[in-house]
Amino acid sequence: MSTQVESDPLPSAEPSGAAAPPALLELRDLHVFYGAIEALKGVSLTVGEGEVVALLGANGAGKSTTLKTASGMLAPRAGEVLLHGERVDGITSHELVQLGIGHVPEGRRVFPRMTVLENLRMGAYRLRRPDPADLDRVFTLFPVLAERRKQIGGTLSGGEQQMLAIGRALMGKPELLLLDEPSMGLAPLIVQQIFEILKEINAQGTTLLLVEQNASRALALADRGYVLETGSVVMSDDADALLADPRIRAAYLGESVE
Amino acid sequence: MSATTTARPAMSVAARLRRRRWYQQPRWQRLFAMVVLALVMTQVTGAQGVRGDLFAALQDNFTGTGLWIWLAIFVGIWLVREFLGEPLGRYASLAGRQVTGPARRVGDLVRGNRLYRWGGLALLLAFLIVLPLMVSTFWQQVMVDQVGMYVMVALGLNVVIGWAGMLDLGFIAFFAIGAYSAAYWTGGLPVDPPFEVNNFLAIPLAMVTCLIAGVLLGAPTLRLRGDYLAIVTLGFHEIVYLLAKNWSEFTGGTRGAPGLDRFSVDLGFWSYKWELDPQPYYWLQLGLVVVVLALFLRLEHSRVGRAWTAIREDEVAAAATGVNTVRFKLLAFAIGASTSGIAGVAYASKQGFINPEQFVVLMSVLALSYVVFGGMGSIPGVLLGTAILVWLPERLRDTVDPQDRFMYLGGLLVIMMIYRPQGLWPSKRRQHELKMAETGTGGADALGAQPGGGQA
Repeated sequence: MSTQVESDPLPSAEPSGAAAPPALLELRDLHVFYGAIEALKGVSLTVGEGEVVALLGANGAGKSTTLKTASGMLAPRAGEVLLHGERVDGITSHELVQLGIGHVPEGRRVFPRMTVLENLRMGAYRLRRPDPADLDRVFTLFPVLAERRKQIGGTLSGGEQQMLAIGRALMGKPELLLLDEPSMGLAPLIVQQIFEILKEINAQGTTLLLVEQNASRALALADRGYVLETGSVVMSDDADALLADPRIRAAYLGESVE
Repeated sequence: MSATTTARPAMSVAARLRRRRWYQQPRWQRLFAMVVLALVMTQVTGAQGVRGDLFAALQDNFTGTGLWIWLAIFVGIWLVREFLGEPLGRYASLAGRQVTGPARRVGDLVRGNRLYRWGGLALLLAFLIVLPLMVSTFWQQVMVDQVGMYVMVALGLNVVIGWAGMLDLGFIAFFAIGAYSAAYWTGGLPVDPPFEVNNFLAIPLAMVTCLIAGVLLGAPTLRLRGDYLAIVTLGFHEIVYLLAKNWSEFTGGTRGAPGLDRFSVDLGFWSYKWELDPQPYYWLQLGLVVVVLALFLRLEHSRVGRAWTAIREDEVAAAATGVNTVRFKLLAFAIGASTSGIAGVAYASKQGFINPEQFVVLMSVLALSYVVFGGMGSIPGVLLGTAILVWLPERLRDTVDPQDRFMYLGGLLVIMMIYRPQGLWPSKRRQHELKMAETGTGGADALGAQPGGGQA
């Protein structure tokens, strides 16, 4: 039950952006349980329109849980999820897709027996009349997918599968894209490539909320970041400020604190 | 002890593990399976044991010629598949390219040209229409009572298993519900309906009843998959069966419902009644199957069909692309169930009587094996598989001991699952699944229920 007493658990003030963009997604004081275990103990965060926001934290900190709650895969026991100021918690994930929240699930989850093209077409499922230009857009972003359009999804390499998963989500023309560890298990060169493409996707007007272990990459891409620890937000700031913070450098970038 | 001697045992463990003994190789394991199958067939199809001396028959069976015949058959199949399979396949494709050049062009023509495609289908339909005129009354009966009925059931089951990927072991329950609905609405049960209807009108009523039953079964079991769902459906079948058996006031209990109405049309100026003759029933069933087929072929590539494919491949990903997994799983249950219900109405009306013993679990298992044998998810495969597997035991009726008929069916299924698990006429996607399961690129199990391709 909600035992939240402290009014503002965030140690640092709200980000010092000159004019904060209007909030697209807002999580307010989320409490999420797995059975008796409280995975999120009052998480609040905001994603502004056009922003890239990174969620950082160690294993088990609650990053994926937060993302899954935002994408409707988990329902919070207390707290609110707001999209454009309207409550959307309790709405199932496929309905959130209809509302414009694209979702790249953890572990990529491409359709293993469908071809690349079929996977992408499936991504446009929410649109009654898919725009052929969307496919061209995805193929421009990921030329390798165009090369492999006839190949079966399950036979792609890990990096290509990640690209396919992102491309598939883009086919649904999301306003907000949720990404769960896009760099997981991928070679540094591929990770770099994927983050460059994510930057391009954001430049084209899609808001991104991503969960990452790879803090330096994520913060290099993000406008702002939140750091989670055992189910609570312990830090939130502009990405540059977080990247410069010695505690972050110690905990997530493997640098020793003198 | 020197370092070299201590290192040797470690080496030898790896070496031992690395060396696959001959009996660990799939090829020899398949031979082993074939030999076991030959022994089982020898015993089952041979002389029966007698009370008090079971081993007398055992000795007779295994010293007679039966053993050698069965061994020759199964080891022969193994030899051909293992050692001649590749060269034969190469030769066939080579020969196919050279000899069937014109045939291939015809094939392309048929595929590419609307007129020819429809022409081909029309020819096939014409053949199916005149087919009962060319066979004996016995085969007409088989075609109506078994092929026609099971084709409809298998088409419905294919929606649930082949398309949506949900294992249903109690599918005949819906068939039974359809049959009992028909009996109810035509006034054949101890309880009178609010108004009696003609069998044709009983079809939509039975479909609605089955649809509701399908949703009732589906709704609480939606979160289950694979094995768990299979057990629940098995239980559902048992519930329906026992209800039919024990709720005597409504269903007539074990006696069942005798003297059911047959199909009839009465348009005032023209009327017709289907009687005992199987031929008119055959055409009626053919008509029903064609209507269902026309609908299903459209469904397969529609948004609904794509949603089912996505759910079968990966439910989480399906939801992430905006597929309402709950609704489409229920829809698969409902459509499959109501298709089975149509078959139930036709069956009840043709038989003229129903009782619980006509809806035993074995029938669910048989229907499942028809779908798997033909190729899950493939409509032509399901039709072909059902026709062949229903035909075989009937064909054997006079040639072998009638008790053993299903053993031959079993032997055929085992060989099929060893050498052609994708089925006779598999759908393209199912072929991918099995290929990937073999090479380990996708975690595809027999039903593709476990998505694994994403975790590379």
